[in-house]
Amino acid sequence: MKIVKIIVLVLLVVFVGIQFVPTVHNQSERTPKADFMLVNDVPKDVKNKLQISCYDCHSNNTQYPWYSKIQPGAWFMENHIKNGKEELNFNEWDTYSNRRKKSKLKSIINQIKDDEMPLSSYTLIHRDAKLSENEKKEMIQFMKQLRDSL
Amino acid sequence: MSMAAMLLLTVSFTNAQEKEKMSHEHGDMKMDHSTMKMNKVNNPKAEAVLADYFMLKDALVGDDSKKAAQAGTKLMASLKAFEITSYNKEDQKELADIIEDATEQAEHISESPIAHQREHFKQLSIDITDMVAITGTKNTLYEQFCSMADNGEGAYWLSLSKEIQNPYLGKAMPTCGEVKSIINIP
Repeated sequence: MKIVKIIVLVLLVVFVGIQFVPTVHNQSERTPKADFMLVNDVPKDVKNKLQISCYDCHSNNTQYPWYSKIQPGAWFMENHIKNGKEELNFNEWDTYSNRRKKSKLKSIINQIKDDEMPLSSYTLIHRDAKLSENEKKEMIQFMKQLRDSL
Repeated sequence: MSMAAMLLLTVSFTNAQEKEKMSHEHGDMKMDHSTMKMNKVNNPKAEAVLADYFMLKDALVGDDSKKAAQAGTKLMASLKAFEITSYNKEDQKELADIIEDATEQAEHISESPIAHQREHFKQLSIDITDMVAITGTKNTLYEQFCSMADNGEGAYWLSLSKEIQNPYLGKAMPTCGEVKSIINIP
């Protein structure tokens, strides 16, 4: 019994300890001129979905819910955001060459089609970020149109 | 003196003929006679990129994801080593765009399962074909196409041999596809 008490105490100390480790906050007030939704004529529904399902990890501005401020949740988020932005940052859309834009659009289409994006670990917690079949279709259709116009 | 001029004119004429053959995504190709590019050039750095591309292609033909990943890593290095300074300004910009995108595709290929590797190979093939349109190559290359690749959207690839060996379908359907055009007709 004593060993259980010790383990619980250690875990508690570790848990409290990691709360003090600083994390990088991905937040920015401005929407840069190069942003995907400013540069392209995006239909309202697609715009909403992009904002809710994609922009948290694929832009310079993440909406942080309360639980993401607690470790280790914050770490996971930070990692997702870092990787997400490296892959694709919608805020920097117009800085990409046409060739790269086309490439990114192809990847977006494939990832949504294959249900790889948005991440299931993300939609588990952000239920509203999950894409319905219709929403997937709409988004893919828009991305395809954009790709073909470039 | 005039023999050399005749020779140059003949070469540039066949150069123009060759370039007509490469149809897709090359709509904006302009013949710039001030740079007089020869087709069968030997640009070792371009050949190094092509060699790694073909290694990758062969790995995908054989459904060998691990080998494909290794080829992807090699390709990232040969792309990094590629030099654009000997080309004119317009070509330099295009080559820079090509290398940037091709490197991203190669990076993805180096760390993905085979289905993803094939998705990225489609775009990579477009990039490499566009590169060859500018740099030329010493070999004869066959541009091949399979209409069933990429969920029926179809996809191209480059091959050193006329024989069809499909990198997108691999062992499932190795001979599916056809030659669409030839670079440096033998």
